[in-house]
Amino acid sequence: MDKLNALTAHELLKKIEAGETGLHNASIALEERIREVEPKVKAYVRLEELGNAGREDIAPSGALKGIPVSIKDNICTEGLNTECCSKMLSGFKPPYDATVIKKLKQSGAVIIKAKTNMDEFAFGSSTENSCFGPTRNPWQLDSVVGGSSGGSAAAVAADEAVLALGSDTGGSIRQPASFCGVVGFKPTYGRVSRYGLIAFASSLDQIGPITKDVEDSALLMNVISGYDEKDSTSVNIKVPDYRKSLVNDVNNIKIGIPKEYFIEGMDSEVRDIVEEAINKLKSLGADCKSVSLPNSEYAVPVYYIIATAEASSNLARFDGVQYGFRSINRVPSIEHRESGLISMYKRTRGEGFGEEAKRRVLLGTFVLSHGYYDAYYLRALKVRTLIKQDFDKVFSEFDCIVTPTSPTPAFRVGERAQDPLSMYLSDIYTISVNLAGIPAISIPCGFTKKGLPVGLQILAKPFNEEMLFRVAYTYERSTPWHRMKPNI
Amino acid sequence: MYETVIGLEVHVQLKTRTKAFCGCSTEFGSQPNTQSCPVCLGLPGSLPVLNKTAFDYAIKAGLALNCTVQEYTKFDRKHYYYPDLPKNYQISQYDLPVSIDGFLDIESEGKIKRIRIKRAHLEEDAGKLIHQQDVSLADFNRAGMPLLEIVSEPDIHSPQEAYEYLVNLKSIIEYLEISDCDMEKGSLRCDANVSIRKKGVKELGTKTELKNMNSFKGVKDALTFEIKRQEEVLCEGGVIIQETRLWDVKELKTVSMRSKEEAKDYRYFPEPDLPPFIIAKEKISDISKSIPELPKAKMARFMKDYGLCEADAKILVVSKKGACFAEECMSLYQNKNKKPLVNILIGPMLSEANSRNRGLADLNLKVESLLELIGFIEQDLISNLTAKAVLKDMIDSGDLASKIIKDKNLAQISDNSALEIEADKAISDNPKIAADYRSGKANAIMFLVGQVMKKTGGKANPKAAQEILKRRLSDA
Repeated sequence: MDKLNALTAHELLKKIEAGETGLHNASIALEERIREVEPKVKAYVRLEELGNAGREDIAPSGALKGIPVSIKDNICTEGLNTECCSKMLSGFKPPYDATVIKKLKQSGAVIIKAKTNMDEFAFGSSTENSCFGPTRNPWQLDSVVGGSSGGSAAAVAADEAVLALGSDTGGSIRQPASFCGVVGFKPTYGRVSRYGLIAFASSLDQIGPITKDVEDSALLMNVISGYDEKDSTSVNIKVPDYRKSLVNDVNNIKIGIPKEYFIEGMDSEVRDIVEEAINKLKSLGADCKSVSLPNSEYAVPVYYIIATAEASSNLARFDGVQYGFRSINRVPSIEHRESGLISMYKRTRGEGFGEEAKRRVLLGTFVLSHGYYDAYYLRALKVRTLIKQDFDKVFSEFDCIVTPTSPTPAFRVGERAQDPLSMYLSDIYTISVNLAGIPAISIPCGFTKKGLPVGLQILAKPFNEEMLFRVAYTYERSTPWHRMKPNI
Repeated sequence: MYETVIGLEVHVQLKTRTKAFCGCSTEFGSQPNTQSCPVCLGLPGSLPVLNKTAFDYAIKAGLALNCTVQEYTKFDRKHYYYPDLPKNYQISQYDLPVSIDGFLDIESEGKIKRIRIKRAHLEEDAGKLIHQQDVSLADFNRAGMPLLEIVSEPDIHSPQEAYEYLVNLKSIIEYLEISDCDMEKGSLRCDANVSIRKKGVKELGTKTELKNMNSFKGVKDALTFEIKRQEEVLCEGGVIIQETRLWDVKELKTVSMRSKEEAKDYRYFPEPDLPPFIIAKEKISDISKSIPELPKAKMARFMKDYGLCEADAKILVVSKKGACFAEECMSLYQNKNKKPLVNILIGPMLSEANSRNRGLADLNLKVESLLELIGFIEQDLISNLTAKAVLKDMIDSGDLASKIIKDKNLAQISDNSALEIEADKAISDNPKIAADYRSGKANAIMFLVGQVMKKTGGKANPKAAQEILKRRLSDA
């Protein structure tokens, strides 16, 4: 029999309900597993925070009673370090819980105290830009896990997490889920409160689940979704019970396959695997047709203008004044003309931010600067609207869109670290979703010959998460991929 | 030969219970950093939520200042680094402020002059830095307080007009009861942009921005100084540098703070954490209905309903509470001619109020007690002079005029026999003055009246005393 940590949350809940196991046993089993595989995977950071499992306070009732949940390092947890894997936030212990953490605690979930690894401030697609070093892919330790929520995806894949939360700004949940062979869900913008998520790009960020299967994803979405008066961008629309969407039927569901997503240069193995998955959906009764999203080619440049503009503003607060890192270095002979304050700002930000964070702050500052704003930021906003309209048009005729999650499987650690542009292109299929604010899911749909997982992405119109769950669940029922485990 | 051009930027702190974007209290004078939370401290992950009352107040002010309230408005981030600004950006409004294109009418050299208002927008305040020997301390109690910034067009042409504009603006804001408008506590702040140009020249001269004035008089003085300074610079063939200058209230001069030669780039962009707001027409009309009678209208009504002259009415309507008090007095005052009452209100009453730094309505004086006092004056029971003292006593002690007059024995002596004795004494003590009067110097009698007043400790009814003196002097 599988160990408790290897079960899905819904399997665990059944065991707990049936009295076959105690409330704390899952987190105890998980702790053992974490200590066993972490030296190889490094999905968590600040492992010393982990503590001894088994003594957690668990809310007396709730949908996730006794289920451990692992949290990305950019979601605020009261009294627990939340550092965005950046030197800049070293030692930062938020005095408050993010809304999603509050909801999890109320539902009886056990919050794992060590947080999961990520690219610094969620800037990256490989989890290599972490001040704690990269996470390794449990399927092949010399490969990356994707990013930025790479720690959460790897932990779920390696059975050292039952459920995990990530955040997705341009693919940061879906792309690592696809690289690690797990399920990653990006909700509609406004469906899940961002309160307590340390902002990267406020108009694109969403928190979402990373899980072992589709049912767990629905389970976790049931808990974290909903309007929050603390987040003015959250939307006050009733949240359905997503478990009711887990219907094994795609008969006559209309699926659009965007031709712009199957381009020269994409990995041929990925293409074959995804096409096979589409055929599978057809054989299950879905009505698949080619569609066009003509402005797709602009998604990456538009994204890197809007996301960096917002990031440069959101990161302005990291200045060493109130919290986190402050440089105490001063070189008076060089900086004698600067005030102590300016010197503190420069050194703190110069030493506290990593390379990619600096690159994005510089880019974002540039595009918002006087004289460049109209040419870059304003124009990007206009193209963003066009991208959104592309989707509106397709969704007026189709129930969902199916695409590959990433053009390639996981690449090797270090392979793209020196080439930001090739790194940015690994999000080419995921970015449009954030620009349009629509929901999307990535589910495992096969493996390459080398044994690396490949992900299938499904997109739906705003607030139609139910369609995603239905299609993903049906596909999952008739395929074995989600049950495959890395040998680690 | 020079003409002055002034534009004013007034920051009004809105009197809401909680801050602009979080639930923290706005109370003044608390211990440092006791009124702060993750949102106003700008902690990572926190998000702003707009205070609806602050938003309504901003709309209300816009309407009262004859502005167009925009149907579609949004917030923007204004970026600059300073340790009292927790996020290193301020949530403000850039291109779509709550209201635009208003005006305020002021009086200038006896004429009505219209000062256009460019915009009024909502924004959050910064915290405060307290500088000590080796360190600077930050207090974030003020961070996130709601401010309304009201920007005038450069339509103001003298320090006196600037002063008038501020008095009028403050009065309107106070009438709306949306701010304390207390410059000392910082709930009203004013920066001034000023430049000069040769008469007849169309282009504006280089301006300087004046800050740190903590009273309306300070604004006027700073402008007067600065205009003179700019004139001197130009007359000596120099050029004005665009810069910010601080008003030094001790030295009575403006001092250069920083040069604005490099224009600041605030990198404004739409605040992504707050979706744009669409203000429904019904909301505007609801708020419009809640606007009370404003000073100008009240002044006109006082003139019409109570027959006041413009100057008196203008003084009485400056503060809303004071005007209400005055109106209650006027409506209860039996006499159709309100002038005697008004003279007391804007004379001794106002000076008592001013000396206590309070308003007419805040003197703990009931309308009835004031009217009783005025009754005593009109019955010649006390003189105007005595009345002033009694009024002061009433305010200090809270006693009624009748009690004070009785206890202190202040009633006028109109009793002829007592006054006749004093009159005779005054004449016999001052034979030369008496002779002067008899020889035709009518004014000489006033000296004798003064003597009688002196002898009676000011209680003599001066008219009665004069009558008696006249009679006695012509008898003899």
